Amino acid sequence: MTPREGLIASTWRQLRRDPLGLAGLTIVVVVGVVTLLAPWIAPHDPLEIDVYNRLMPPSAEYWLGTDQLGRDIFSRVLFGGQVALKVSLVAIGVSMAIGLALGMLAGFGPRWLDRLLVVAFDTMRSFPTIMFALAIVALLGPSLNTVILVIIIASIPIYGRVVRTQTLALREKDFIKAERALGASTFRILVFHVMPNIAAPLLILASMDVPVVVGMEAGLSFLGLGVEPPTPSWGSILNDGYSYIRNSPWPIVAGGIPLIVVTLGFTFFGESLRDIFDPKLRSKQ
Amino acid sequence: MSEPEIAPLLEVDRLSVSYDTDRGRLRALRSVSFDIGRGEIVGIVGESGCGKSTLISAVIRLLASNARLDDGAIRFDGEDLMSLAPDRMRALRGARLAMVFQDPMTSLNPVLSIGRQMLDVQYQRKASGTDKRERSLAMLQKVGIPDPERRLREYPHQLSGGMRQRVAIAMALLMEPALLIADEPTTALDATLEVQIIHQLKALQADFGCSILFISHHLGVIAELCDRVVVMYAGEVVESGTVRQVFHEPRHPYTRKLLECDPARISERTRQLPIIAGALPDLVELPEGCVFRTRCDRAVAECAQRRPALEDAGDGHRVACFVARSTS
Repeated sequence: MTPREGLIASTWRQLRRDPLGLAGLTIVVVVGVVTLLAPWIAPHDPLEIDVYNRLMPPSAEYWLGTDQLGRDIFSRVLFGGQVALKVSLVAIGVSMAIGLALGMLAGFGPRWLDRLLVVAFDTMRSFPTIMFALAIVALLGPSLNTVILVIIIASIPIYGRVVRTQTLALREKDFIKAERALGASTFRILVFHVMPNIAAPLLILASMDVPVVVGMEAGLSFLGLGVEPPTPSWGSILNDGYSYIRNSPWPIVAGGIPLIVVTLGFTFFGESLRDIFDPKLRSKQ
Repeated sequence: MSEPEIAPLLEVDRLSVSYDTDRGRLRALRSVSFDIGRGEIVGIVGESGCGKSTLISAVIRLLASNARLDDGAIRFDGEDLMSLAPDRMRALRGARLAMVFQDPMTSLNPVLSIGRQMLDVQYQRKASGTDKRERSLAMLQKVGIPDPERRLREYPHQLSGGMRQRVAIAMALLMEPALLIADEPTTALDATLEVQIIHQLKALQADFGCSILFISHHLGVIAELCDRVVVMYAGEVVESGTVRQVFHEPRHPYTRKLLECDPARISERTRQLPIIAGALPDLVELPEGCVFRTRCDRAVAECAQRRPALEDAGDGHRVACFVARSTS
């Protein structure tokens, strides 16, 4: 083992030797960059309607063809990526933060609080997400923010449970006891000692959660519960394509491929990270 | 009349602690008394389950949630630890009372660098980061770690077990505590390292002038390091005195047997190591009389009726045994 190697450096060294992980990372980076640069890269305005060129197959002008209103599907896919990215970043960030706080509270706090939170998590998880989403949309109306809210509420228990389990395991560790014996307060222990120890599994979970969230957003938008037209989203592109599948298969193909690519990319990357951080696998090296 | 100068640093006075278990109340400590003077090294010996760990948890007031303090007091530097407010107790831990744990492989946070952890321990001190760093470096040097600059940047998994235990000791001494509690700090290390750590502890004690409460089941280590010894059996103190008194003129039958069983003291070759026949008594349903009675070969009728109290047998040598007292 080389000394003086930081966590990031050693992770990168191990990731480089894993072709699937590397492929995943490449996809993640490419998708991220491309969607961020969508306003500059997109050849057309994603909302521009051109009825003379409806349902066109791919061509030099329209790389992925056009939809039923003659809008350029490639541009819509790029901008749809922005929606997907925004939803996943915001929803995962917020639910991870809340889940982290609640999970640590459950794991480190008194027994009754732990039981209460676990029951709350389990209750939340037992709702079918789509039913829950329908109820929220019925209350608040369909919008991107509603989608984000639904995903946050549905994801908090997942993060909360993982954090709780990890905290419970850490709580009995000698170094936590040692910190206590050296005068650290509970807050200090949680922030400086528990959090760094659960950061890795949490980040892995988050990276594997991205495709789930993107899929949820697409699903809700496909059902008309998500973004409002004409905002492009991968789900709404699929929905449009679904209605005109007899006329042209291209919208379905164009809306489906990014979903598949993103899912594969984040899953490969997440699994590779998990293998790297798993202490059992690490000790074998 | 009053003699505040020679009041002991730590005074454990008839301490009784019990745990709530499914089977009932497990009486882990019963009327345990001993004290540690300033600058003194006191060892506690006893087999597994004799209450050593409960005792130190009680002293640093980090008992498990199902533990209950039934009776007695713990005074540290004249202050009653049991009635101290939680935040004052916390301020005391680390600063005046520090602890080194048994297993150095698990007592350091695996994801933080040594330097980060050592700076972290000093958070109660009002000093600049550079100052704290300097102090960490100096302390690593004191515990005999070569190239401390590099070690500060390293993570626990890059250090050997002996190194880690030295780091743990350095961390405990960073705030210059008045009392260092060492819970079998050498048990997880091999024999040569054990000797090194013991010598280091002795040198550090002379340097800092702190008191040390040293827990071990290794008699040789206790004899080497400590000024006084407390022998515990099944949650009670059975004998206490100076190392010379306890090791050369053991009074209590348990201490004698314990010494007979020490592999280091057996001179002839034998096929069978001596053992103390019998098992520890059930601490939930304690038998009447002396707790060691059933394993003792010198028990008399009185032993089954009353529990012998820890009484002075001369020169501060205290023993809890009817037979030992009458024969002396």
